[in-house]
Amino acid sequence: MRLKKLLELRKRPIIDQWFERVIKSYAPDTAQFIKNQKDPFSNPFGSVLSKGLAVLFDQLLTNPDSETVKRSLDPIIRIRAVQDYSPSQATAFILILKNIVRENIKNELQDSQTANELLQFESKIDALSLVAFDIYMACKEKIYDLKTNTERNKVYKAFERAGLLTETSEPDPGLQRS
Amino acid sequence: MSDLPTPEEMLKVDHRPPSAGWMDSPVEIRKGIACYAGNPKSLEAVGFPNPRTWSCFDEDWQLPENWQEILHEGFKERLERFRSFRVFMDICVRCGACADKCHYFIGTGDPKNMPVLRAELLRSVYRNDFSKIGKILGKLNGARPMTIDVLKEWWSYLFQCSECRRCSVFCPYGIDTAEITIMGRELLNLLGLNIDWIITPVANCFRTGNHLGIQPHAYKDMLDFFADEIEDITGVRLEPQINKKGADILFVTPSGDVFADPGTYTCMGYMMLFHFLKENYGFDITWSTYASEGGNFGFFTSHEMMKRLNAKMYAEAKRLGVKWILGGECGHMWRVIHQYMDTMNGPADFLEEPVSPITGTKFENAKSTKMVHITEFTSDLIKHGKLDLDPSRNDHLKVTFHDSCNTSRGMGIFEEPRYVIQNVCNHFYEMPRNTIRESTFCCGSGSGLNAGENMELRMAGGLPRANAVKYVHEKHGVNMLACICAIDRAVLPDLMDYWVPGVDVTGIHEMVANALNLPGQNERDTDLRGEPLPGIEGQTEEEADEG
Amino acid sequence: MNAKYIVSLLAVVVLFLLAYVGVEAAGLQVVFGIIIPYLAFVTFITGFIYRIMDWSRSAVPFRITTTAGQQKSLPWITDDKVDCPSTSGGVVLRMILEIAFFRSLFRNTRMKIKEGTKLSYQLEIFLWLGALAFHWAFFTVLFRHLRFFTNPVPVVVQLVENVDSFFRVEFLTDIIQIGVPGVYLSGLVLLLAVTYLFLRRIFVSNVKYISLASDYFPLFLIFGIAFTGVLMRYYAKIDVTAAKELTMGLVSFRPTIPEGVSPIFYVHVFFVSILLAYFPFSKLMHLGGIFLSPTRNMTTDTRARRHVNPWNYPVKVHTYDEYEDEFREKMIEAGLPVDRQPVDTQPAEATPEESEEKE
Repeated sequence: MRLKKLLELRKRPIIDQWFERVIKSYAPDTAQFIKNQKDPFSNPFGSVLSKGLAVLFDQLLTNPDSETVKRSLDPIIRIRAVQDYSPSQATAFILILKNIVRENIKNELQDSQTANELLQFESKIDALSLVAFDIYMACKEKIYDLKTNTERNKVYKAFERAGLLTETSEPDPGLQRS
Repeated sequence: MSDLPTPEEMLKVDHRPPSAGWMDSPVEIRKGIACYAGNPKSLEAVGFPNPRTWSCFDEDWQLPENWQEILHEGFKERLERFRSFRVFMDICVRCGACADKCHYFIGTGDPKNMPVLRAELLRSVYRNDFSKIGKILGKLNGARPMTIDVLKEWWSYLFQCSECRRCSVFCPYGIDTAEITIMGRELLNLLGLNIDWIITPVANCFRTGNHLGIQPHAYKDMLDFFADEIEDITGVRLEPQINKKGADILFVTPSGDVFADPGTYTCMGYMMLFHFLKENYGFDITWSTYASEGGNFGFFTSHEMMKRLNAKMYAEAKRLGVKWILGGECGHMWRVIHQYMDTMNGPADFLEEPVSPITGTKFENAKSTKMVHITEFTSDLIKHGKLDLDPSRNDHLKVTFHDSCNTSRGMGIFEEPRYVIQNVCNHFYEMPRNTIRESTFCCGSGSGLNAGENMELRMAGGLPRANAVKYVHEKHGVNMLACICAIDRAVLPDLMDYWVPGVDVTGIHEMVANALNLPGQNERDTDLRGEPLPGIEGQTEEEADEG
Repeated sequence: MNAKYIVSLLAVVVLFLLAYVGVEAAGLQVVFGIIIPYLAFVTFITGFIYRIMDWSRSAVPFRITTTAGQQKSLPWITDDKVDCPSTSGGVVLRMILEIAFFRSLFRNTRMKIKEGTKLSYQLEIFLWLGALAFHWAFFTVLFRHLRFFTNPVPVVVQLVENVDSFFRVEFLTDIIQIGVPGVYLSGLVLLLAVTYLFLRRIFVSNVKYISLASDYFPLFLIFGIAFTGVLMRYYAKIDVTAAKELTMGLVSFRPTIPEGVSPIFYVHVFFVSILLAYFPFSKLMHLGGIFLSPTRNMTTDTRARRHVNPWNYPVKVHTYDEYEDEFREKMIEAGLPVDRQPVDTQPAEATPEESEEKE
């Protein structure tokens, strides 16, 4: 319980640092945009990120509820999955929290109870990162689904309904690509 | 431990050197962002230069020997032909107002997707080639010679712009990045650099009259099939007229409406509307297989190709001897019709100034081009009480409206579609103000970027739009995204599937048809999609009595 | 990255030294007070006209107006007469709002979600305010300077001067005496605004990312002009009568170099000359360009009035006859009307062969 109190006390700065370090993975001008543009419709990622990180941190302080965790992680990962990142880069932002927490309580770590609690806390972060990976994979699978099913399917679906598929035996070159 | 990166390092791994100037970060052409290169057969079909099999992921792009010279001459020619291009090359002050207005920048986070930088790609070469001071000061002044790396950068970023013109609304000088992208793509085409998703539809359209390459008999089969479907749903048999000489009006719509879901339901909607008007008012309209494409992917290659494809509309109207032309729901089709067609292929003096045969309304705003937008036509009908509508058949829909880029910023049609929607359905909710009307966000797949291989780019580019839909979905339970664009209807379902599951996509005339009572119809128990109407079981008896 | 503004700053410092030393040490008053201003003015005028002519030579093939409001269509739908002007009057109004009040910049409306889901609108007005302050202050300063080129000074100019210095700040100590000649608001606003525009380029990273040396240079130069001007008025206290003698000499084509004009004045004039000469060859030409911007200066009634493209040329199209020749049999079989019946073969027989061939 000591750790929880410490972290609750430092919640704001920790979340801020977390946010800062996530957006460092973007080019500086993009990072500044993500941070400063407060309109959620002009800056979906910044708004999703700042909301999501706060919820996630709260969840870690208690017993994380898997639904809530997924609900906050999903929009963040969903965006990073279509941006130009490798799977590890897209999900690494969760593990970073470990470093941030350690830095923030390094003076209190002499206390063995706190240190023990920290280990447990970090296990929760690990679990979070596994959930993140699941979400990432699901997003990517969705993308691949969309890639294979795109135009082709829509057109063929319409043709199929019309019973035209056998008659249009000459396939259109534009449709072969997808 | 090892040389494995820590999460921190992992995050910091940044493929875009942060402090380097943009000219010093070379372009990377990546899967998921880039589109496949054009099929040489398609280039040959329309006589485009340098047809060959190539891939943008190759090192060697098999360019003609003198490609720099071709580009330079092409650049010069376009500076003389287009004042827009010339002025936009000179007057940008890089104030940054446009920087965060681009949906591709917001979605991908790639700084080179800021509109100003997209334009600087061309300006940097312009300063080097066409300004003495620029050349002397060089990089310091943002000038650089055309090299193969610069060319690849052009290719990459000119196909990450959907020509949506959102930035031009916010630019204090009205600099329109779409115009710059159009010129840039035209220049790339001089070297045979295009994407297949654009050039193959162009080739198809040239030969068969539509992007999908559908031949006339298949076109008719589809319309017949829709007639069967409509008969199943309403019990009314209708006969669409095709290629009919002497009809009053020619109807042209994007072929996507005829051949791809969910546009097909919009197409059924047009057919039911026309049937209703024919039965009640003797309305005489014909479809055409020769001009079976409203859209114009030629617009995404060059002005000349746009004109070659667009010519069919007037030619067909003349051949069939109609009075004027009615155009279906489409985005870039309407930009071309509204701002280019009359100039390119007019004057259409063989047509009459459009008058609605039912209400007698003169469409003064279309008196020269002689082509009327279907929501202008339908809203006029509704205003005059000429339609028999039962909006409750759309009660299962909570609708929001996505303004398409081209009809918004290249035409200004905002109220007509809204008026129609509000008269055919009872639940309509607007998305936030800075994401609609002139500030509307692109679907992320416009200007020929609706391919499959660039899905990551499409999803990222569509994020701002989807995000606003998500907001009304969560707040008002919106489950239907209406639009007046065939590309929207083709791509928004994917976008919704990824970002906002539970929201479907529709054209406006699908909803019109759902609400429209056809003379002699049966009690309907499904909508056009075959989905049961809500509460139909309970109401069946009462309504049967009325009917 | 830094090179871009360091170089620009150095350039302005060098220009300063050039003029200061030139006048103070080398006694080149004639060069800096007469020759260079004349050359600069001629360059400005001819350069400006040349650029405008050059732009005008390029054709306007299409009417590609950006429509930022409801089109004029049906009589019962209110059209947006300014943001989607269908008449020339509307275009003029749109251009005035654009040029005098930077309407498009002002359009930067942003929305914020404040605590919960209540929406509120907020204006991102700083760029707009900064730009507006800068341009209006510059214009006022310029207008006030007519005092130096007219004799007697027109009433309007005096009026503007009075309004401009209406806001009096009197701050008198032994060392600094601000307020004595009546503070011109415009000069100070100009200095502040130009500083803001510069800082923005340094600290807003996406603006920094896109800025070029040619974006910094005019800012430094204008800062230099405003600074030397303010210096002369409130601190160096130059001999205004002598200065006016010089400027009146220039406009009356009887140039003279009066005694006792401070070198700072020559620096000021030199900076202005550089700005004038640099103007036509730089992005500052946006002053002229905005009037020619095709997305703003044209009407939107493109379907009602035909626009003519001066270089419209015929293109190769795929005619209906070519189309029907290719698909005639299939069209006949499908029951579609055709313009010409096939001559040699019967459609019923031809079709199966035809489709086999295709396969």
